[in-house]
Amino acid sequence: MAEHTVKAFTEELDALTQEVARMGGLAETAVNDSLSAVGRRDTQLAQSVIERDAKIDHAQREVERRAIKLFALRQPMASDLRVVLTAWRIAGELERVGDLAKNIAKRTLILNQAEPIQLTRSAERMGKIAAAHLKQVLDAYANKDLQAAINVWNGDDNIDAHYNSLFRELLTYMIEDPRTISSCAHLLFIAKNLERIGDHGTNIAEYIHFLVTGEEIATQRPRADAEASD
Amino acid sequence: MEFSSAGAERAMTSLSMTAPTVRAAAGELTGAPVKINARDVNVFYGEKQALHDVSIDIPDRAVTAFIGPSGCGKTTFLRCFNRMNDLIENARVSGSIQIEGKDAYAKTVDPVVLRTRVGMVFQKPNPFPKSIYDNVAYGPRIHGMAKSKTDMDQIVERSLRRAGLWEEVKDRLAQPGTGLSGGQQQRLVIARTVAVNPDVILMDEPCSALDPIATAKIEELIDELRANYCIVIVTHSMAQAARVSQKTAFFHLGKLVETGATEEIFTNPRDTRTQDYITGRFG
Repeated sequence: MAEHTVKAFTEELDALTQEVARMGGLAETAVNDSLSAVGRRDTQLAQSVIERDAKIDHAQREVERRAIKLFALRQPMASDLRVVLTAWRIAGELERVGDLAKNIAKRTLILNQAEPIQLTRSAERMGKIAAAHLKQVLDAYANKDLQAAINVWNGDDNIDAHYNSLFRELLTYMIEDPRTISSCAHLLFIAKNLERIGDHGTNIAEYIHFLVTGEEIATQRPRADAEASD
Repeated sequence: MEFSSAGAERAMTSLSMTAPTVRAAAGELTGAPVKINARDVNVFYGEKQALHDVSIDIPDRAVTAFIGPSGCGKTTFLRCFNRMNDLIENARVSGSIQIEGKDAYAKTVDPVVLRTRVGMVFQKPNPFPKSIYDNVAYGPRIHGMAKSKTDMDQIVERSLRRAGLWEEVKDRLAQPGTGLSGGQQQRLVIARTVAVNPDVILMDEPCSALDPIATAKIEELIDELRANYCIVIVTHSMAQAARVSQKTAFFHLGKLVETGATEEIFTNPRDTRTQDYITGRFG
């Protein structure tokens, strides 16, 4: 595709998408660090994730500011319009991902005060999948890779399946040893947060599809989280 | 258990996207009756071909915008609808242009009569050197449309109201039309056009010479007029085309590249050339 005749327009669009990519990196790091904190019972790392969330919020506001400026001053059309709209929406999704990672870190602080329980390993495994899901979709955004985005979109039920399985494991654990109920309850929330992170990744995949094709991806989202209602 | 570090910067590729594949034509205004039907229209100025095989349906009670870079043929095509090209000595028009199912170029058609049914508003307002009243009354007068002075007064008032000018000029109808501001003159011209009950109103960059406030008033007027008329507007301003029209046609190098619902053209055009033009990537 040719450059805009007015080069500043291209530069502003590029700066906008760079900011979203940077925000994506921050969100990914937050998710990965929060999972490390859970796995290693690392209170300091968890604290760091909580504090760094402010940077993600700030990045979202920056994306919005740039997008509003582009709308008002450039009146973007067609593909350019979709670039600005998609950047806005993805920034919203990433801000929620950041909050979810922060919440995982907060619960880690509480978990670390109790005896370690084995099911934390299962939560970590689920977390690794959600983190990979997020990485794949952010790579797809950076490369405007439609097929990669579609693959991510189709992979959402994998995370949901892990969530269902972990849910049942935790229930069993709680029944067998009621002393673990408190820790298991926190792990349940952590698992739910990871499932939500997966959903946000899937949302981002839908926006990438719209960005590239100008059309919605389909009417039905893959849904497999039988245990929960939203 | 360690997780891979995601702290590395992601390099965003430049904003290059593959051109959307051509898909079935969407966004044609369905259900609107066709007022003008053009098929395989070619226009030559001497040896030079200005339009190549242009076919389009223009819907009634709607605004259709012609957009495209300078020299693309949009004004040439517009002038085919009221046979203004007849006035150019070496101009030749081929193909079919039907208005309400009747051939506009049939031998039996009187171009002068055609031009009352298909009115035109130009870029530079061109009121007659007459009073405001007489500017509007001139057409109805020579076509014998008024039976009495009262009749004519009503025609003039109705036309000036339709053009959104009545309140501003009702107390000075005897004053010369040329004494009005640019925006008012353009609205006077529109009043003059609607006074003879046209079917179609053609507008060739009607706001190019006007300031933003006058432009907004004309655009509001166009919005009101489209309830009753078929309007075709040629404009250099894509923002204007986006604001006022329901159907948009993009011309380039004498060819009609793409038509569609205005909403579709400006959010998701099918052709790369259309996309490049409206996003400012041309040239």
